[in-house]
Amino acid sequence: MVEKSLNKNISESEENNLNKTAPKSENKNPEHPYIKYLRKDRLPHIFCNGCGNGIVLNSFFRGMESAKMDLNEIAMVSGIGCSSRIPGYVKCDSLHTTHGRAISFATGLKVGNPDLNVVVFTGDGDAASIGGNHLIHGARRNINLTVVCINNNIYGMTGGQISPTSPEGSFGTTAPYGTTDKPFNLSELVTAAGASYVSRWTTVHPLQLSNSIKKALLTPGFSFVEVISQCPTYFGRKNKLRTPVDMIRSFKENSINKRRADKMEDKELIGKIIVGEFVNKPRAEFSDNVCNLSMQECGKKHATKSAYLENSENL
Amino acid sequence: MSKELFVQGNEACALGAIEAGCRFFGGYPITPSTEIAEDLAILLPKHGGSFIQMEDEIGAIGAVIGASWSGLKSMTATSGPGFSLMQENIGYAQITETPMVIVNVQRGAPSTGQPTMAAQGDMMQARWGSHGDYEPITLSPSSVQEFFDFTIESFNLAEKYRIPVILAADEVIGHMREKIIIPDKVDIIKRVMPKEKPEEFLPFKAEPTGTSPMAPFGEGYNLPITGLTHDERGYPDTSSPEAHSKLITRLCDKILKNRENIVSIEERMCDDADIILISYGAPVRSIFTAVDLARDEGLKVGSIKINTPWPFPESQIATAAETAKHLFMVEMNLGQMVHEVERVAGNKAKVHLISKIGGELHKPKEILSKIKEIN
Amino acid sequence: MRKEVRIAGFGGQGVILAGIIIGKAASLFDEKNAVQTQSYGPEARGGASRTEIVISDEEIHYPKVQNPDILVAMSHEALIKYMGDLKDKGILIIDPDMIDESEITEFVEKHKIKLFRAKATQTAQKDIGLKIVANIVMIGAITNITGIVSYDAAKQAILDTVPKGTEDKNINAFELGYAMDG
Repeated sequence: MVEKSLNKNISESEENNLNKTAPKSENKNPEHPYIKYLRKDRLPHIFCNGCGNGIVLNSFFRGMESAKMDLNEIAMVSGIGCSSRIPGYVKCDSLHTTHGRAISFATGLKVGNPDLNVVVFTGDGDAASIGGNHLIHGARRNINLTVVCINNNIYGMTGGQISPTSPEGSFGTTAPYGTTDKPFNLSELVTAAGASYVSRWTTVHPLQLSNSIKKALLTPGFSFVEVISQCPTYFGRKNKLRTPVDMIRSFKENSINKRRADKMEDKELIGKIIVGEFVNKPRAEFSDNVCNLSMQECGKKHATKSAYLENSENL
Repeated sequence: MSKELFVQGNEACALGAIEAGCRFFGGYPITPSTEIAEDLAILLPKHGGSFIQMEDEIGAIGAVIGASWSGLKSMTATSGPGFSLMQENIGYAQITETPMVIVNVQRGAPSTGQPTMAAQGDMMQARWGSHGDYEPITLSPSSVQEFFDFTIESFNLAEKYRIPVILAADEVIGHMREKIIIPDKVDIIKRVMPKEKPEEFLPFKAEPTGTSPMAPFGEGYNLPITGLTHDERGYPDTSSPEAHSKLITRLCDKILKNRENIVSIEERMCDDADIILISYGAPVRSIFTAVDLARDEGLKVGSIKINTPWPFPESQIATAAETAKHLFMVEMNLGQMVHEVERVAGNKAKVHLISKIGGELHKPKEILSKIKEIN
Repeated sequence: MRKEVRIAGFGGQGVILAGIIIGKAASLFDEKNAVQTQSYGPEARGGASRTEIVISDEEIHYPKVQNPDILVAMSHEALIKYMGDLKDKGILIIDPDMIDESEITEFVEKHKIKLFRAKATQTAQKDIGLKIVANIVMIGAITNITGIVSYDAAKQAILDTVPKGTEDKNINAFELGYAMDG
């Protein structure tokens, strides 16, 4: 019964009822400094208590500010899943697309208007399972996107199924006896595929995370920031980490910096979360290449917003 | 100066796209549509456009939708297997009212089928391929010139109604060469910026045309675009039956209520005809010759060429059913659009199917002998 | 008058390009109507390659060749494969060095075929020094023998089609083909 009601809480169909029935906030405290970036008329959000999405969004805004970037210059793109719901709450242009396809939509958006800073919010199921092909090809092309992948090792939106990053032996509704699959190491995957900037942190590293997001936003190439995040509702409950605090504590205890981990044996690293920067090596960027080809072939930058022009000759 | 060229249908499509103002192509190689991608890979950079070969057709249509929201006229081209992969995102483009053009150069199917042979087996997929209720616009060219003209028309319809338009061609028209005339001036419909200030603009509030102006990303409109059922602001509203009904009905009505403005057919010798041959795409070429052969033999046969299979030209076919005794649908499948003819004709006329699969166009004499079978 | 032409050979001989040039000559430079089609896919790789052109003063509806008035064969395999539906009293142009004529004698006699020989491959190789222009030599021969396109239109279509810098060699090839007496 408990399971059922939890499930119901975050299901899409109930989202609006939640909006309608939520009591109005009587909070007299000063407004949160980042609330100005949100669509207040869409609050409260649909995320569960203890979800890591809030920490990631906070860290994003901090990183954005320290990169001296204005939210007006940012467009967000996302797929399907809990993390993909983030852009809908942010006061900027956002494209909430189909499951797994955010990076391909973002590719067209970025090439179509390179002045936009395009940020993709995605999750482990969205980016690494159904969208795995777009992820590695985005990195291969080195298109200037900032991909924030909130990896909670589970499908939250659909109620706790295992994902391609669920650790071996972990439980989900579709792995009732524990999964025997080997998980993806996303940061290494994206590094191998050719990304310019890759880092991994957990939700217990908000400062490092916002610093990485700043670097990712400023890197002119494919940037991938993986955040190991807690889903107490599904991953925690299925895996003996019942409360958000249990999950956070386990991140804290098991995180190990990449520099240290590089000197350790594989067996010492079992169950550990390697955090830090995996790569920071910008190279030729895709939308620049498209623009340069246009310069080479017709002597001008490639067209932007040309759909609004009267005559195709003037494009 | 207008220009005359002797080109393939696929090349004419690429040239038409450039004339229409298309400045973004995202695609994936697939026979028999690949020449469209190859030609645009050459042409787009010369016109300040962007060409991307994506990792698959799902990514291709995703990039095209993204580029459309950046403010570019955008397209992709594919064939059956790729068209199947694109279906989910066609629905996304429908519900988000994203203008774009999808060219499907149809080949023998299902599955890998006959990559180099012609077919018209994806007509119902063009109609119903994505999940849910929606009304598509689909055009089918019957000549190389029409592949050029209809590409431009597809872009214009896409902008006018904010809809993904499907250009359902076939291998015959895609690969054959004919003369085309590129006129000096092409009428194109441009995208319209909202008149309201960003803070007052409701991106999904319909104007009397059925849709609303489309602001691009990056202009301060803070557009919240989602594939979820949404309200006029674009905000998700997934549990209200009224909200869903209002949105989907509007999206369908913007096409259905403009049916007569969108539909295009061409009648030949129908006035006195007892028998009317109906077709679209390449087999139109066969029915025209068949009508000539039949008239030579004194048979009262006419023809209707359907340029817009979707929305289906209901009133036009209904009128034909009232004047003629027999309607023959000639198509390169085992019977798809014929069901529309049957639905519209009711019992006013007898409806027959002349189907052909395997990749070859109907021979005019085959059609003639089918006509004679009823006499 | 509707005229149907089929040119066949093996992959690499440039038969498709020959078809395009003839279609272009008819439609752009002779002010007639023309439709060109060709074989694709497995059929077009290696083995026999084929292009077909319909030329007419009137609008061309049905675009495919049904019974060619003119068949041009540049390889034996293609000739045997595509000869069957040639019209009675039709024109057959062969490259004699590529074909074993003994195999078609009976067919030619039975159907009263008008047989012409154009040594396109040998001419291209020996007189131009470029085997790849055999197709252009053949266009010259087709133009002269059939009159399906005019001399001027054929030349203009060649110039409009071949890569820059190769015009002289190609026009030379066309002239040599046109001068053949068949």
